[in-house]
This record gives sequence, structure tokens and C-alpha cells, in this order.
Amino acid sequence: MMDESNPYLPYIVNIEDAWYETPVGDRAVKTFKVNFKDEKVWDTWSHKPGNCAMVGRLGIGESMFCISSSPTEEGYLRFSIMQAGKVTSALHDLEAGDTMTVRGPLGNSFPMEEWEGKNILSIGGGIGQAPLRPVINYVRANKDKYGNLSVLYGARTSDLHCFKSEFQEYQEEGTECHLAIDIEEEGWKNFVGFVPDLLLDVAPSPDNTIAVTCGPPILIKFVTQGLERLGFTADQIYTTLEERMKCGIGKCGRCNVGSLYVCKDGPVFSYATLKEIPEAFA
Amino acid sequence: MGDYKFAKDKLAEVVGALKDYEVFAPAAVGDVLRFKEVEDASSVSFDFKNTNVPPKELMFPETETLFKFRVGKTDIEPAVPDESKKRLVFGIRPCDAMAYTIVEKLYSWDYPDPYFEKRRESSVLFGLACSEPVPNCFCTSLGGGPGSEQGLDALMFDLGETVYVKTITDAGDTVAKAMGLEAAADAEKKAAAAQEKDALGKIKRSIDTEGIPEKLPSLYDHPFWEQFSDRCLSCGICTFLCPTCHCFDIQDEMEAFDGRRARMWDTCMFPEYTLHTSGHNPRPTRKERTRNRISHKYSYFPEKFDVIACVGCGRCINYCPVNIDILDILEKSKQAEAKEAKTA
Repeated sequence: MMDESNPYLPYIVNIEDAWYETPVGDRAVKTFKVNFKDEKVWDTWSHKPGNCAMVGRLGIGESMFCISSSPTEEGYLRFSIMQAGKVTSALHDLEAGDTMTVRGPLGNSFPMEEWEGKNILSIGGGIGQAPLRPVINYVRANKDKYGNLSVLYGARTSDLHCFKSEFQEYQEEGTECHLAIDIEEEGWKNFVGFVPDLLLDVAPSPDNTIAVTCGPPILIKFVTQGLERLGFTADQIYTTLEERMKCGIGKCGRCNVGSLYVCKDGPVFSYATLKEIPEAFA
Repeated sequence: MGDYKFAKDKLAEVVGALKDYEVFAPAAVGDVLRFKEVEDASSVSFDFKNTNVPPKELMFPETETLFKFRVGKTDIEPAVPDESKKRLVFGIRPCDAMAYTIVEKLYSWDYPDPYFEKRRESSVLFGLACSEPVPNCFCTSLGGGPGSEQGLDALMFDLGETVYVKTITDAGDTVAKAMGLEAAADAEKKAAAAQEKDALGKIKRSIDTEGIPEKLPSLYDHPFWEQFSDRCLSCGICTFLCPTCHCFDIQDEMEAFDGRRARMWDTCMFPEYTLHTSGHNPRPTRKERTRNRISHKYSYFPEKFDVIACVGCGRCINYCPVNIDILDILEKSKQAEAKEAKTA
């Protein structure tokens, strides 16, 4: 855990590796593999799939990102960051050998223990795969504790798929894996259409299954509707929310949806919880 | 605890006797009355109703440094206040002291905030009971009152020529002794009680808060919010001058090679407050922002911390440039017919 006497102080991390997931340019996604400058931090650090951290640069600022590596991947943390504004643009300027700041772990996590014995269905779109990746890798590392793992993922084009090589690995391991692109491409042999349509096409069974979904708000909305059509109940569906954040510890005020702070009470919520909060989908 | 008194014309001597304390008291800064560190004890006066700026700034300043750094270096130098010297907040009104007891729930929640806590722990609060509440005071509706002791270490009553001081905590008693105050007699105690009773009778505005926290969420889509938000200017004065509003922004600032990460008061009434980098804004108009301000104070905060985040000081009513009145909003919310909360 971070410095308990002062939750505003970040750790310095060394970037060990950095690469683009999608073509360089506007709204590209870059993954950073980092390690603490002070390796003793690992003695007290512990995170779970779903946890977030404030990632930043001194002099620029920090923003909230999910930790896109599973705690079962030891010795490093990963963040996959889409270039969008001031902080993300400054982070994209960094390469292996540079440093950045990490403040965390923050927020709640996916209830992985509660889900033991169940099938896990991951449904992601675009950069929304980043918080799902630690869930997938956690289940892969604890195969005996979970039922079947299946992964549904889509992006506008095949170029824009994040973590491309990993889907190959999932398939080679025997994980059911369905990929989609929004627009027809030459040579694409998989599904063409939006992720909610892919979901209805695959039509997974809700029996003893937990569905985790993340992507743009419109995807979450229609995937949730699709899951309900397939017979999933609200407490079988989990997602993550995002809001503008500053402190990450439930004090600065802005990330509330109703009485819940997304930074601290979230980012992980069951659809059963969100249904009761009208502001959750604002 | 103890009962003390001093002659009001000895105010400067009493305040000046405290060599081991940084004393803060209301002072005019231009046209604005706010708490300032006392440099000249003779400037301290009881001749005010309440400060324009609430003394929340003594616990969380408008802008404060969280830590410092240098360009190109990775050393981080925390700027947690060194409050080795005790602070005395002299003449704080009961509503503003009560506000500290509300805000500190948030600041000590789960991740204790060392900046707020250091200042709060080192501060001794000498309250000044209200003899002349202003027309928009409604503290009694929120569990406060002109002689409320919540959050205070001592409470003073200005009885004209004499000031009666009732100490509430050991810290308050220590300060009273350091001031060299003499013991009060029954006469001062009786006069203080009479003054409090009289002041209570002068509070003309009220709201029955019963049921409001539970009802507000059901009014999420209700058009009544627009009656108020339509004329709101989004100026944020209701939040900046609210003693319980605590929201802040965090920014990095550079001056040559010296950098600092600072936090500063922010307001939920500004659109930028919730604006996503994508351009999406979950509270794009004044309707959503007005609803959030009221709901946060009267529903979300009590749901989390069991107390309404309002002390009835009346500042948001007094200083709103378009006369938006929180009591009016709350009354309307009670009359509004609850609709089914709508989900996506």
C-alpha cells in the first residue's frame, strides 16, 4: 500500500519497456511496463484485478488508470494508456529508461474470490480491454479455481485491437475467444459488427457465469441489455465506471455517481448496484 | 470545565497574553471579513456578525502545496504543515466550528489527510456565541444554535462590558488559564443563558430536514430543479463560501526549475469540474450541477457520514447574486411529487 501517512505522495517508477498497441497517432494506445525505483515497495505493495492507480509526470499532473496487469504477473506493473489529453500526451512521450509516477493501488477490485467455481465471460471493446486483462490473466493463472473462461473483444478495426498477440495465446490454451471489428476488412475471417452484436451471435449461457464488460459507455449499455436478453441477472454482470478524478481517495469530490465515489467505492460495480443509481449512466 | 470572564476593554491584553500560540481572528481585508493571523492584538474586535469567508481556510487553505520537486529530479519533498506551534482560532461562530466536525469526517475517512488533520489537531477553537443572528441564519434546523458548543474548546459570550468564557475541553481550559482570565460568577452565567435564549428567538428561518435525505434521490429527474438552475450563473460563490464545501482540484505548477503539486478549492458548479478528456460531461448543465450540490449536502453526504453537510450559516443565500435560496429549494423538494428514479 502507498505511504499511509500521506496518500498524496506518488512512487517513482522506472519504465522497463514501452510499446504501442495500436498505430502511432491520434488516440493511440501505448503500454508501459514499470517497476518501482525503490524495489522495497514490492514488500508492501499488493493489488487485485480492477484496482487503479494515479499515473503521471511531475510538473504535468496525474490521471487515473486501471492497472492492466494481474497480480499474478510478478515483478512489474502494466498500464495501457490512450493518448487523449494533457497528461496522457506527456506520458506517451516517455520511453523505456524514463521515469513516471504511480500512486496506488486505489479503488475496489473485482470480487475474484466470490467468483471462484464460476465461468468467467469477458466482453470488451477498444481500450476497455485494459481492466479486463488482469481478470483474464488472474483466471488463467488460477485455472483450477474457475470454470470456463471465454473472451469476447472488438474494436473499430483490427489495427485498433489492443493486446493482439495475447488473444492468440488465449486461443492456443483452449480459451474460447471471439474477436470482432466494426467495419469489413480484407482478410478478416472473424465477426464483423459491434461487440453487443457479437455477444448475441455467440449467445453464451448464463448458467453459473459471471459477465465482466468494459468499453465505451454505449458498448456497456448495449452489452448489458444483450446480457439481460440472454438471461443474465443484474448481479451476474459487472463493469467499471470512469469519471474525472483528482485525489483518487474519496475527498476531492468530483467523481461521485449518487452517493458513491467511483475512485474509492469503484471503479468496479455490479449492474445490480448501478441500476439503483440514476446518475450511474449519466 | 471552567467558567471565566474578562472585561471587554481588556480584549487586546487577553489575546496578547498568548505568546505560545498563533492567533487567528476575523479581520477586514479590503471589503472582505475573513480570519487572519493576528499581528496587532488591539485590532481584534467582537463587532461583527460573521465573516464573509468561512474559517474553513484555516484547515484547508484556498491553495496549498502538497509536495515540491525539481525539474529532471525524482525527489519528492512533502509540504505537510509543521504545526509545532499551537493555533488559536479566536471568535469563530458556532456554525463554522460545527462545520469542521462535519468536514473532518470526510478528511479522516479511510485515507486520513495529513494536511487537514495536522492543522485541525493543533488548533484550539474559541467560539463567539451569536447575539444577533442575521436574517438567513437557520443553524437550529441542523442541530446547531447561537450557543452551540460542537467542535469548540471554549465558547465566549459578549455580554456588553464583560465577556463570559465557558471552557469545554482541557485544551480550552489551558488557553483560558494562559490568558489569565478570572473566574466568572453566576451573574455572567445567567446573562449568557438569557442571551442565548434571546438569540434563539431571533432565528427566523428554518427547514424540517426530516425525510429529505431519503427523498432527494427519487427526485433525480424532477423538473423542479430547473426552477432554480435556470437562473443560476454557475459562479460558484455558494460553494466557495460554504463552510462545509470541501472539494478541491490538484494542479502541478512550475517556476523555473522548481515545481510543486498544489491543491486548490474547486466547485461542483463549474462545468470543468466533471468534464472528461473525451469531451463527455456527466453534469453538462446547471440543472445537473445544482441537483448535485443540493443532493450531495442533503442526501449523499448523510448517507455516507450520518450527518447533513450544511450548518445553516446562510452564506449561500446571502451571497448568491441571483437570490437562489437553499431553503426554498429544500421546501420545493418536499412538495415535489416523487417520480420513479429512471435508469439508463
